[in-house]
Amino acid sequence: MMRLPAFAFHAPASAAEAVGAKAAAPPGAMYVAGGTDLYPNMKRRHQEPEALVSLHRVAELKGIEERADGGLSIGATTSLTEVRIHPSVRASYPALAEACRLISTPILQNMGTLGGNLLLDTRCNYYDQNYDWRKSIEFCMKKDGAICWVAPSSPRCWAVQSADSVPLLVAMGAEVDLLGPGGERRVSVSALYRDDGILYLAKQRDELLTRVHLPAPNGWRAVYRKVRRRGAFDFPVLGVGAWARFAPDGTVEDARVVLGGVGSAPEAVAGAAEPLIGGRLDDDAIHAAAQASWKAGRPLDNTDFTISWRKEMIRPTVVRALGDLRDAR
Amino acid sequence: MAKPDSPSPGGSATTQGLRVVGRSLPKVDAVAKVTGRTRFADDLFLPRMLHCKLLRATTPHAEIRSIDVRAAAEMPGVAAILVGSDLPIPYGILPVSQDEHTLCLDKVRFIGDPVAAVAAIDEETAERACRAIVVEYAELDPVASIEDALDADDPRIHLYGDGHNVHKAVAMEFGDVDAALAEADLVLEDTFFYEGNTHLPMEQHAALADWRPDGKLTLWSSTQTPHYVHRALARVLELPASRIRVIATPNGGGFGGKSDPFNHEIAVAALSRRTGRPVKICLTREEVFYCHRGRHPVLMWVKTGFRRDGSMTGMHFRSFLDGGAYGSYGVASTYYTGALQTVTYPVPAYRFEGLRAFTNKPPCGPKRGHGTPQPRFALEVQIDKAAERLGLDPARMRLDHLVPPHSVTANYIRVGSMGLGACIEKVVAASGWDARRGQLPPGRGIGLACGSYLSGAGLPIYWNAMPHSGVQLKLDRSGGVTVFCGSTDIGQGSDSILAYIVAEVLGVDPFEIDVVTADTSLTPVDLGSYSSRVTLMTGNAALQAAERARELIVGALAEKWKIPAVRIALADGWALDVEDPERSLSFAEAVVVAEAKHGTIGTVGSYTPPPSPGRYKGAGVGPSPAYSYSAAVVEVTVDAETGETKVEEVWIAHDIGRAINPVVAIGQVEGSVYMGLGEALMEEMTYRGNRNVVHRHPSLLEYKSPTTHEMCPVHTFLVEDPDPNGPFGAKEVGQGPLLPIPPAVVNAIHDAVGVRIDEVPVTPQKVLSALKRKAKGEEAREGPKGTPAFAWPEPVRVPPPEAGGDGRAVDDPRHIGAGGVRGSVPGGSVPGGVPA
Amino acid sequence: MQPGLVQLTLSVNGETRVVTAPLHHTLLEVLREELGLTGTKHGCELGECGTCTVLVDGQPVLSCLEIPAALEGREITTIEGMESAVGLHPLQQAFAELGAAQCGYCTPGFLLVGKSLLEERPAPTRAEIVDALGGNLCRCTGYLKIYEAVELAAARMRDGHAEAPREALYGEA
Repeated sequence: MMRLPAFAFHAPASAAEAVGAKAAAPPGAMYVAGGTDLYPNMKRRHQEPEALVSLHRVAELKGIEERADGGLSIGATTSLTEVRIHPSVRASYPALAEACRLISTPILQNMGTLGGNLLLDTRCNYYDQNYDWRKSIEFCMKKDGAICWVAPSSPRCWAVQSADSVPLLVAMGAEVDLLGPGGERRVSVSALYRDDGILYLAKQRDELLTRVHLPAPNGWRAVYRKVRRRGAFDFPVLGVGAWARFAPDGTVEDARVVLGGVGSAPEAVAGAAEPLIGGRLDDDAIHAAAQASWKAGRPLDNTDFTISWRKEMIRPTVVRALGDLRDAR
Repeated sequence: MAKPDSPSPGGSATTQGLRVVGRSLPKVDAVAKVTGRTRFADDLFLPRMLHCKLLRATTPHAEIRSIDVRAAAEMPGVAAILVGSDLPIPYGILPVSQDEHTLCLDKVRFIGDPVAAVAAIDEETAERACRAIVVEYAELDPVASIEDALDADDPRIHLYGDGHNVHKAVAMEFGDVDAALAEADLVLEDTFFYEGNTHLPMEQHAALADWRPDGKLTLWSSTQTPHYVHRALARVLELPASRIRVIATPNGGGFGGKSDPFNHEIAVAALSRRTGRPVKICLTREEVFYCHRGRHPVLMWVKTGFRRDGSMTGMHFRSFLDGGAYGSYGVASTYYTGALQTVTYPVPAYRFEGLRAFTNKPPCGPKRGHGTPQPRFALEVQIDKAAERLGLDPARMRLDHLVPPHSVTANYIRVGSMGLGACIEKVVAASGWDARRGQLPPGRGIGLACGSYLSGAGLPIYWNAMPHSGVQLKLDRSGGVTVFCGSTDIGQGSDSILAYIVAEVLGVDPFEIDVVTADTSLTPVDLGSYSSRVTLMTGNAALQAAERARELIVGALAEKWKIPAVRIALADGWALDVEDPERSLSFAEAVVVAEAKHGTIGTVGSYTPPPSPGRYKGAGVGPSPAYSYSAAVVEVTVDAETGETKVEEVWIAHDIGRAINPVVAIGQVEGSVYMGLGEALMEEMTYRGNRNVVHRHPSLLEYKSPTTHEMCPVHTFLVEDPDPNGPFGAKEVGQGPLLPIPPAVVNAIHDAVGVRIDEVPVTPQKVLSALKRKAKGEEAREGPKGTPAFAWPEPVRVPPPEAGGDGRAVDDPRHIGAGGVRGSVPGGSVPGGVPA
Repeated sequence: MQPGLVQLTLSVNGETRVVTAPLHHTLLEVLREELGLTGTKHGCELGECGTCTVLVDGQPVLSCLEIPAALEGREITTIEGMESAVGLHPLQQAFAELGAAQCGYCTPGFLLVGKSLLEERPAPTRAEIVDALGGNLCRCTGYLKIYEAVELAAARMRDGHAEAPREALYGEA
């Protein structure tokens, strides 16, 4: 049996108490919600926190509420299953329901939370391994070692952003609330990530992600497409979040294409919007946006499949995602 | 139970009037399995039990300079630590490859090779102690591939074998292959590659040892071969086998992966002896990958001559096996890559050359189909290519050229019942083959392939004249029947088969029978659950024991009732006079009569396969009492933009001889199809040759085992062509149905998008690159480019039966054959050829 | 709670159980090692196979990734809690009849997910069954007999009298 390392376990009843408990705990302490990312990592000795601050008793972090502006506010510890089946999510944010459906397995969706998915540790073939395996390659930069085996001459870690909800939420322009010892702040989901496999979050150490805010569903649509080996379990080797806001006549007013699973942070494709804006998602525009995405995405040897195939998949997957966006009326 | 309506007397081994055999019944252990009552090895807990962890090598190839266990030994809770020198006697499943040590003695040969074993009060303490052991290594260059192994500049992994890092090299020729190829209308020369993959049983291997102060040892283990574990324990621990009891717990899946004696089994036994306390180990999933013994990666080169009508003139087949770090079953695996090419379609002249290389990876061994899915893939894809070139329908071409039943092949395989023609006809009709092949929309296609497999190896691993399987039967005056047999239920239903067969013969309810299996102290030897031998061999042994018991009962009743014995029937829990059914006794009353006459009622049965006609060196691998046959049609869709293949539907027909229990047989067929699809599309056991030959992904997440989403509907047809050697005519079903799946997938992809993928797994990137080549007008193929150069030994030349051969090699009936360097072989060689 | 032994009150299969276990031991470990409920199996201990599935408040979760201290007050159901005094659950019966349990090692996980599915959807389509069981790996069956068993059990739970289709038991003709 693979055993967890020992830890102290705090179970505060409120978000404020949780932040307090975390700040009072030793420096390596961590929040835990569903545990589906953290506990495997702990068993593999990626993280060995002396203390865990569990959020399971914090009722205010759970649940989905309509916001005054017509948007939706989702508590960070709402399970992926709850998000996936929620009537408002299904009706107004079907792409988010779909992204949650595509995460791992139905059982993991019962356990994993939306907040946990947003904060998912970056992944890598050389990192997501047991301690002895990692020792066999003298470890890697992300944990216990000095080299990034994905790019041995690189000074940085190239572990890959692998959460399905992230490219979609970035594309949608969603925001999150972060509660820290000094108070609460709201940032865009896109501002939550840094392009580094190790320091991949722009969140302060003790900050607690409390809520995810979805913009009101007025005039825009979004879709998510995922590439992976199997229909369950697997993390994305490519995720495409696509979003467009339409004028009443169907003309694209603005658009975003965001790639997941190719870099340490979600990759918002800079050149994707331009060919799409002002048109009606015709084939030429879609292909131009896909071409821009193909140029932007630079997968490395950090997931399943070969680098070259993953790179090649960007074009057809973006084409299909934008086709879904056109057809999703 | 009600009295039977129309019992038939005598002749219980015929197929007339069967009341149990042929019915789809639950397995006798089904209730235990659906309620969580089945006790797997890790479910066992004994008082004072210690827990074991193994320290494993983190370098692929190195000499051990020193091991310092002092700090670990002083940790509170640590009871004992063993290192290699504590258990210096080597072992291995084959007598010719006794090349493993419980803990590495002087060098480590792959990442995961165990170097020390700790017993402690709990797993966490044992694990901490392992971390405190300091091993100093002198690193050697790792041998990462077959090419590396053939490079004499690399260090040797073992100092025995048929060459530098060549474990085994074999060559044999049946008839004049060059002449046969010269007279062909079409000669195809292809190279294929079948990537290695692993069994991945859901249960991680576990073992519990209990040494008693009276000098006796009991080992419970999730093993498919308690008999061979028994032998290995006696050898390594230097104990009389009579003091050792091995109990195989129900296996949570095996597929061949629990068929070797394993280091962890011996380690816990030795630790139990050292500490005087029970010691248990349960491997982590990563460690299960390091046990491996799975499918060999095999590179193949095939040159076959065809006539215009699709018949073959001759075949020259070469295989290169990447064997990993130890021998395991590898010598047999090597021969198996060449043995069964001849049993489906006549190959009048046949030359086989095969080699197995040592590399610094976990050892390969027997996985479902042992050594035969790889050459079957090559053969069935090449036939598809030949049919295309000859303008023949691939199904028709096969149907027109089938090995006749009850015949002997060029390499002296004796084929018995042969239902492949019926299998092909079933799947062709059901899949709509004639109307759909070549006529589906672009991106959609169907492909056909066939296969055949053994119903048990004809020779035992340790060559001897004793039975391969034994059954004891005990009947008591309460009417209770207990079957004792050494066989191991790995989920395939072998315990149930024993009950059904005994129930059939004695006319009792199979669920009233107690089955005691896989316990070397309580049950007679059965060699183990491998080579699809169990139903045929234990079934025949059970049949014999049951018929002997039946004779005792019927004889006693005949005397009591003063009627001829042939008038007495046993059925549905009754014994009765068929001419005067009012004259009857319950089964229990009948046993009382028999016991009063004969004393305690106990009978035995045993089974030894018939001798094989082959008399040449190497003839020991391939012979079987009976061969199963399968044909499959697979329908796929291929996404030409991504290269992704989805299997939509499978039609499969399997000639099982006779289904003792059809629903259990169908389960084996479906499971084989599933595993074949995994091997065809995604499963691979691969390593990073440039990163210390580390396993790429020893986890259930990254080793891609198909989920519910990858499994398609399967239409199963059981073809029953009874074989005279099988109990009630039964042949195997556990492995054969896997064989046609990978080639049928590849043939279907060709039908869908016109590209040839000459290797598995068929990943999307392979399909996409082949499609790109096709678009550029280049060869629309993805696959290996060639094979390494190797100086093959002179072949053993054996004239085939049609040329008047008698099964012996020319020149010398005991011709040694294999060339190259023949180092000192621990354990010695085996008379009569190489064991299966 | 500080590292080390803790006393927990868990509700398992309808019974209140007080256990003393190391705080960092998972529900899987506590069920098997402290409560003797070895019907819950393990295949990877990392959330990658579904073998160790149990129900918490009726929902399937992986016991290898649950900390018991977070489950006080929740209702835990293991395979041992699936049968009742009157006999097997219809799913257990159907699994037995159709050979849906071969080696039986993944079976408890499949049965519990199946139970949760049928409580939510008494007449699931084949596609819904495939989706619901997507988080459980089986290496023996190819899943097909499991689907058929779930369908058979669902039919029996609806009207009590269904039988397995002939081709499921005897193959196609």
